[in-house]
Amino acid sequence: MSRGEAGPRSSLPGFGLTMGLTLTWLSVIILIPLAGLFLKSFELSFDQFWSILTSRRTLNALKISFGLAFAAAIVNLVMGTIIVWALVRYRFPGRRIFDAIVDVPFALPTAVAGVALTSLFAEKGWLGAPLAELGIKVAFTPLGIFVAMIFIGIPFVVRTVQPVLIDLDAEIEEAAASLGANRWNTVSRVILPSLVPALLTGFALAFARAVGEYGSVIFIAGNLPNVSEIAPLLIVIRLSEFRYADATAIAVVMLVASFLIIFAVNRLQRWAQTRTPAY
Amino acid sequence: MIEVKNIVKKFGTFAALDNVDLRVANGELVALLGPSGSGKTTLLRIIAGLDWPDAGEVSFDGENALAHGASERHVGFVFQHYALFRHMTVFENVAFGLRVQPRAVRKDEAAIRTRVKELLDLVQLDWLSGRYPSQLSGGQRQRIALARALAIEPRILLLDEPFGALDAKVRKELRQWLRSLHQEINVTSIFVTHDQEEALEVANRVVVMDKGRIEQIGTPGDVYDNPATAFVHSFIGESIVLPVEVRDGNVELGGKPLNISADGVTSGASRLFVRRHDMAIGVPGSGAFEGAVRHVRTFGPIQRAEVALSAGEGTTVIEIDAPRDRELQSGDIVSLHPRRYRIFAGQD
Repeated sequence: MSRGEAGPRSSLPGFGLTMGLTLTWLSVIILIPLAGLFLKSFELSFDQFWSILTSRRTLNALKISFGLAFAAAIVNLVMGTIIVWALVRYRFPGRRIFDAIVDVPFALPTAVAGVALTSLFAEKGWLGAPLAELGIKVAFTPLGIFVAMIFIGIPFVVRTVQPVLIDLDAEIEEAAASLGANRWNTVSRVILPSLVPALLTGFALAFARAVGEYGSVIFIAGNLPNVSEIAPLLIVIRLSEFRYADATAIAVVMLVASFLIIFAVNRLQRWAQTRTPAY
Repeated sequence: MIEVKNIVKKFGTFAALDNVDLRVANGELVALLGPSGSGKTTLLRIIAGLDWPDAGEVSFDGENALAHGASERHVGFVFQHYALFRHMTVFENVAFGLRVQPRAVRKDEAAIRTRVKELLDLVQLDWLSGRYPSQLSGGQRQRIALARALAIEPRILLLDEPFGALDAKVRKELRQWLRSLHQEINVTSIFVTHDQEEALEVANRVVVMDKGRIEQIGTPGDVYDNPATAFVHSFIGESIVLPVEVRDGNVELGGKPLNISADGVTSGASRLFVRRHDMAIGVPGSGAFEGAVRHVRTFGPIQRAEVALSAGEGTTVIEIDAPRDRELQSGDIVSLHPRRYRIFAGQD
């Protein structure tokens, strides 16, 4: 009866094995490195920790990283939804190619993306030149960071919303139409609310990715302290100065902030999902 | 009145509807009955404005319906899989049609609440108004879908296999319920079904369809007792079908004359249709067929006998229904005679 005591017999055997592997793996890959990070930051006294965080340069770097990542995720949410709509709902020549192109930011080495974007938006670049005439500078400004973050975030929104939209029953749109709803009412009252959980997931993923993005951003950012220096870069700079405790302090704050934001989005998504469970 | 004239609808080279004409008078409850692929759902969707015909006319009370899309036709549509809005409560589902009306004619919130309450009372589900569709049973969902369709006071109510996704018992209950509901509100209704029992039990008139054409339109009694075509005879009710040869007004099975009238069917290969219970059993030599009883089963008020007919070179086994009081045993040699029968030219 050694197994029976653990509870009623399950029709899904293998809980012990899979749970054990899951815990071991998550510990080795995620939890232990993160714990190391926290331990390192405990080398600092609280006052030291606080003064590192509230230094102007750190605050600005965090503001740039989180603020621009949030803005980029919003843009990706809107544009990603439109792209998904076009890819799923219409048949047009080249649809499959566009569909594949969406994945490019996933696959491209971020440094390559950064170099490509920089040369494109530089003052002599294809897009940079016409924009410069309008007085808009993209490369080596915060705007460049924003562009890079949009670039790397777009597939997250598209790929999370796409399967949900494909599965959305065409009949509910027909039902809405037969009840007298015009197109706008059908989209705003029936389709978009059904997509909310997927949209929130896509948003959270795009945001998280943009906050942590390093490779593509540092090429285009210009990296001026307090103006266009992102938090991950500041961490690297502190590391190269052998100020490990400083680096980990910033990292811990980024970690906690990211976790809180993702947790909040997750709760929102749960709440939206309980209102729209599958039949 | 709904009038459908010469409707043609093709999907690629496949003709889903091939010159269909149909008139439905106000207040009727009509069933479109046919096997899958017969075009019945396509016809319903064209009437609703969810599909467009390649040719033909659809009019409601003389007004061209094809000039309007689904949202302007004031047609209530009930889907087989309910198509309820999952993120809305039952109340909001029913209220949807009222809330999306143009501002000029939209009811105020209090009037919408009263109307939704009336409809939920009508479908006897008032107590579920705060639930979400995922919390309801199939039968309840379908009744909510019906209430939602009725909210816009449709001029026509269209139901696409409304009970198709439900289990047999719920189906039976909802059938009777639908018929009494129709008597109560008397809205012109068309429903699609592949279940003949459903069609015969619920509808005032039945439209039998096959391969994109209407085979027969008639009352339930009519299509059962006087099938217009071989298809209707074999699709509705169970029939004994025998391949026969008509020669100068005489009917032959396997070269043997049957001594029954060909009913004016022209000479050539034909089929003889007899209902199982229309085969009279007599002493050998007295009827059109001779055969040996192979097997007898009794259930309820009838007994069903398998009879091997000796017809020309081979034997054909048919099943007939006889009253319980007629003594039958396997091994008996009997004579069978069709009390009522139909002969249709052609053998396929």
